[in-house]
Amino acid sequence: MTAPLVKVADLRRVFDVSRPWLDRVVAGEPRLWLTAVDGVSFEIARGETFAIVGESGSGKSTVARMVVGLLPVTAGEVEIDGVSMTRPGAELEGLRRRIQMIFQDPYASLNPRWRVERIIAEPIRAFAVLDGERAIAARVGELLELVGLAAADGAKFPHQFSGGQRQRIAIARALAANPDFIVCDEPTSALDVSVQAQILNLMRDLQDRLGLTYLFISHNLAVVRHMAARIGVMYLGRLVEIAPAKTLFATPRHPYSRMLLEAVPDLAMSGRPRVAVAGEIPNPIAPPPGCAFHPRCALADARCRSEKPALRAHGAAEAACHAVEEGRL
Amino acid sequence: MTERPVLSVRDLEVEFPTRRGVLKAIDRISFDIARGEVLGVVGESGAGKSLTGAAIIGLLEPPGRIAGGEIRLDGERIDNLPREAMRHIRGRRIGMIFQDPLTSLNPLYRVSEQLVETIRTHTDLDARRARERALALLTEVGIPAPEQRLDAYPHQFSGGMRQRVVIALALAAEPELIIADEPTTALDVSVQAQIIALLKKVCRQHHAAVMLITHDMGVIAETADRVAVMYAGRIAEIGPVRDVVARPRHPYAKGLMGAIPTLATDAPRLMQIPGAMPRLNAIPAGCAFNPRCAAVFDRCRRERPEPVAIGASEVACFLADAGGGR
Repeated sequence: MTAPLVKVADLRRVFDVSRPWLDRVVAGEPRLWLTAVDGVSFEIARGETFAIVGESGSGKSTVARMVVGLLPVTAGEVEIDGVSMTRPGAELEGLRRRIQMIFQDPYASLNPRWRVERIIAEPIRAFAVLDGERAIAARVGELLELVGLAAADGAKFPHQFSGGQRQRIAIARALAANPDFIVCDEPTSALDVSVQAQILNLMRDLQDRLGLTYLFISHNLAVVRHMAARIGVMYLGRLVEIAPAKTLFATPRHPYSRMLLEAVPDLAMSGRPRVAVAGEIPNPIAPPPGCAFHPRCALADARCRSEKPALRAHGAAEAACHAVEEGRL
Repeated sequence: MTERPVLSVRDLEVEFPTRRGVLKAIDRISFDIARGEVLGVVGESGAGKSLTGAAIIGLLEPPGRIAGGEIRLDGERIDNLPREAMRHIRGRRIGMIFQDPLTSLNPLYRVSEQLVETIRTHTDLDARRARERALALLTEVGIPAPEQRLDAYPHQFSGGMRQRVVIALALAAEPELIIADEPTTALDVSVQAQIIALLKKVCRQHHAAVMLITHDMGVIAETADRVAVMYAGRIAEIGPVRDVVARPRHPYAKGLMGAIPTLATDAPRLMQIPGAMPRLNAIPAGCAFNPRCAAVFDRCRRERPEPVAIGASEVACFLADAGGGR
């Protein structure tokens, strides 16, 4: 295997969620910290799609934002193609062009006052990819056609497009700077299923044609299975399992992964008896000690309540679970 | 069917008068829901599924109005009732569950007050008995330690627990019909599974007819007995859930099923339907789906297909007998 394109090591992000200073002093409250992401490490190979799944509040979007550099890290390291994203330097400026992001809501991520051609040309101008208005206009037309729109659509405004078409525009903008690596944060969650299928197919086609590497964030297990080669499952800020997509869906290791797979409504209507899912995600400000999943886990014992499990390899998968490690599962 | 259906909708039309003409948002749809049956209504945004629900409970936002057809609850027409009479039916005979539990609960009142108010409005229980009933309802919908939670405010509950409270409210007056509009869309998968299981259980126990509106085929497959697939204000296909999910006949229903990524399939590409649903002011003549349909022919562009019975289903497609032309 060649060197991975993206290396994330021990990523951590803490948010200060305390009330304002005076309120806090008057009420005699301590400062409150929310650990959104804790000890997350993974690698993504060139041309691969790595996905992170998790429920709301698991910290998956925070990881995405730190990887692209939209959010400073509290601790840990993000390295893309050997260049550190977390330490500023001349190399970092050259790297920025190669990393782009696609957001969830195509209604919020496109400037409503700009024509589409200006939106798509912005990265080209910002990174000085091309010189001369004619060359830029030609490239914008080419990009629009690449994502399945017409070159003439560049003269329109975002409101003249449907949700799916707007997401195509967002993809064209992301591609404008000729990136290697695209972080997609729930790119199809706001779309209807038939449109979602169009966008997912488009993203796969573009990956094949342009050799893109994706970090794909989603809460939808079926979408993730369809898109990703490897998947990381997040729970309360930590990766609890990393496995090749097929392995994860065939033999999930971590009890949380099992519960999540069990909970997905099933189109096949196999009539399988479903294990009742217990409880909800605890408050991340005061996460349970030890393994964060232990209050919802049927296999939890004294060790799970006191000691945080680390990711350990089990075949092709890695799971952070004492029960899996001890062979109790 | 021997028994009279709880809800019977016949040729319902809903329209919105605008300055540029009248937009028809629901165009002659008909369906029944029997006692104890869950009818799933699926479709993409703009198909008219929520509007159908709003029309049934008489909560169409003006200028939207029912332009034709009839709605019968237990044989009695409810689409032309005066506002006051409809108000007595809503909540008493038709329970409602909406997508966002925070908007269905009043943040300033305790859960107990909201439950007791609903119970006392619709039944003749006294305050003490109403409170006992409220407690029983919270227990039934699976709220842990209901005695302690009864007097809490909605913000003290998590999303899933709030949706349980909303279900308790909907059940408060033992309605014959429950309309659930995207009841699990705002919830995480693990919580969604709990709420689906709960909905199924309580509806069976109370023998209520349920209209479950959602865009999530997985939820329908797990919960519904029959499904109606809506497209551009019309029902494309309606039938038993197994038939519609496993062997859809209408080309739109087929495309919709093929477009859903599942945990079981391994296809490198998803089936895709070209284009998008038409806007209300640009619904094509004939079959509304014809510009996106791979099996389209002349007649589809001129004439609207009426639903035809195929097995236990009804399909609005000229090629339905041929399996949608494919």
